[in-house]
Amino acid sequence: MNFMASKQPENSLLGPEADSQRTLYPYVTGTSVVALKYKDGILMAADMGGSYGSTLRYKSVERMKPIGKHSLLGASGEISDFQEILRYLDELILYDNMWDDGNSLGPKEVHNYLTRVMYNRRNKFNPLWNSLVLGGVKNGQKYLGTVSMIGVNFEDNHVATGFGNHLARPILREEWHQNLSFEDGVRLLEKCMRVLLYRDRSAVNKLQIAKITEEGVTISQPYSLKTYWDFSAFANPAQGAVGSW
Amino acid sequence: MSKSLIEMPPKGGFSFDLCKRNEMLAKQGVNPPSFRKTGTTIVGLIFQDGVILGADTRATEGPIVCDKNCEKIHYMAPNIYCCGAGTAADTEAVTDMVSSQLQLHRYHTGRESRVVTALTLLKRHLFNYQGYVSAALVLGGVDVTGPHLHTIYPHGSTDTLPFATMGSGSLAAMAVFESKYREGLARDEGIELVTEAICSGIFNDLGSGSNVDICVITKGGKEYLRNHLQPNPRTYTSSKGYSFPKKTEVLLTKITPLKEKVEIIEGGDAMEE
Repeated sequence: MNFMASKQPENSLLGPEADSQRTLYPYVTGTSVVALKYKDGILMAADMGGSYGSTLRYKSVERMKPIGKHSLLGASGEISDFQEILRYLDELILYDNMWDDGNSLGPKEVHNYLTRVMYNRRNKFNPLWNSLVLGGVKNGQKYLGTVSMIGVNFEDNHVATGFGNHLARPILREEWHQNLSFEDGVRLLEKCMRVLLYRDRSAVNKLQIAKITEEGVTISQPYSLKTYWDFSAFANPAQGAVGSW
Repeated sequence: MSKSLIEMPPKGGFSFDLCKRNEMLAKQGVNPPSFRKTGTTIVGLIFQDGVILGADTRATEGPIVCDKNCEKIHYMAPNIYCCGAGTAADTEAVTDMVSSQLQLHRYHTGRESRVVTALTLLKRHLFNYQGYVSAALVLGGVDVTGPHLHTIYPHGSTDTLPFATMGSGSLAAMAVFESKYREGLARDEGIELVTEAICSGIFNDLGSGSNVDICVITKGGKEYLRNHLQPNPRTYTSSKGYSFPKKTEVLLTKITPLKEKVEIIEGGDAMEE
């Protein structure tokens, strides 16, 4: 009789906890968020789709939420992790309010807090699978930043997550300028969201645009973009070449 | 006893004989050398009178730019041009090969080549090699049936489109096209839109860069605008230019032109020996 030498479990490096405690892959995901600074504050756009793998499962997911008095948070990636982040931020704002000292956390502070949370979770190999966009205005200062799931954070005049980086950022780099009016900002965001709608498979035609200024946060009602499908070459692609497609 | 095994001559297509050996070698850490890729932005669009093709001019070898000004718009026929992305050798070879086949076909039929002919020759070849010939092409031209624009993927599938982009910078260029394309563009508007799309690729994609090449094909003919736009000039250039110090003295200059030797065969047939 020979005894098999006991095999070390593959996750022995991470201690006795079972693998099922760590996030390995996302399940219900939201697609890109696009945001830009304009004259009076920040404009942010996100569609309302929650995909379950390749199925479009949920079509009324609000992926942008106001945080405290001065900030707006938009998230792409795992929806359940976004809800968890909202709970952490709820606690943070609650403690801030309990101080009752006339001061309140601004967007820079919330952004820093989120960066620390995301980075520390990633170091424990248990990330919150989100790409976050944090925008806000405090004391006339506009702020727009982003944090990824591994803790990469930076602030810029216009940011996008996911596919928005490849499709929306080039447009924003060309056409963004200082002191955009509200109408111009919305038009620019809609341009980006339309391209994403055409070319991102997980996009839905139901989006919200959120605005944050010194006065506060307004999130629009959900609406759809107009699309154009009538190019003659799309209507009849095999016109010159019968038999091909 | 006769041998039951008949020697089969090798048929066309990819030969999978060495795949198992390669897999074994890769496992032992011996990897095949990497290819020179064109990490590219290539675009095409159909305008009022024909087709406009555009391409950037950067060729990369991994993280290094190996050619700052290469030509990615290849000649197929006087009325058909093809932009290539992917492995540079594959795009060059496959377009050269089909270009020669089209020339022979023109001699055989006595007619102008059609874009669908080039399309079919290319897709048959690429499908035969099951995606191992890593060439992603944007094929455009004008023939008797009108202007045509097609994209061809390395595995052999094709699409017919009013506007198309391929390569690593394709998303940046497609963002420009999707927001600004309309039907019935004039020649100058078309060239401007193509330039904008390629510039979007050049400045937003790391695999694309340097200059913009344009090719306009209409029923009348073609116009190849090499380096139509150069948005990345050298920042600091020496005003003196380059001069190499002359260390060797020239003592004597003598030029002897080479004379052609032509033999004239008196009488008889030249073919008779």
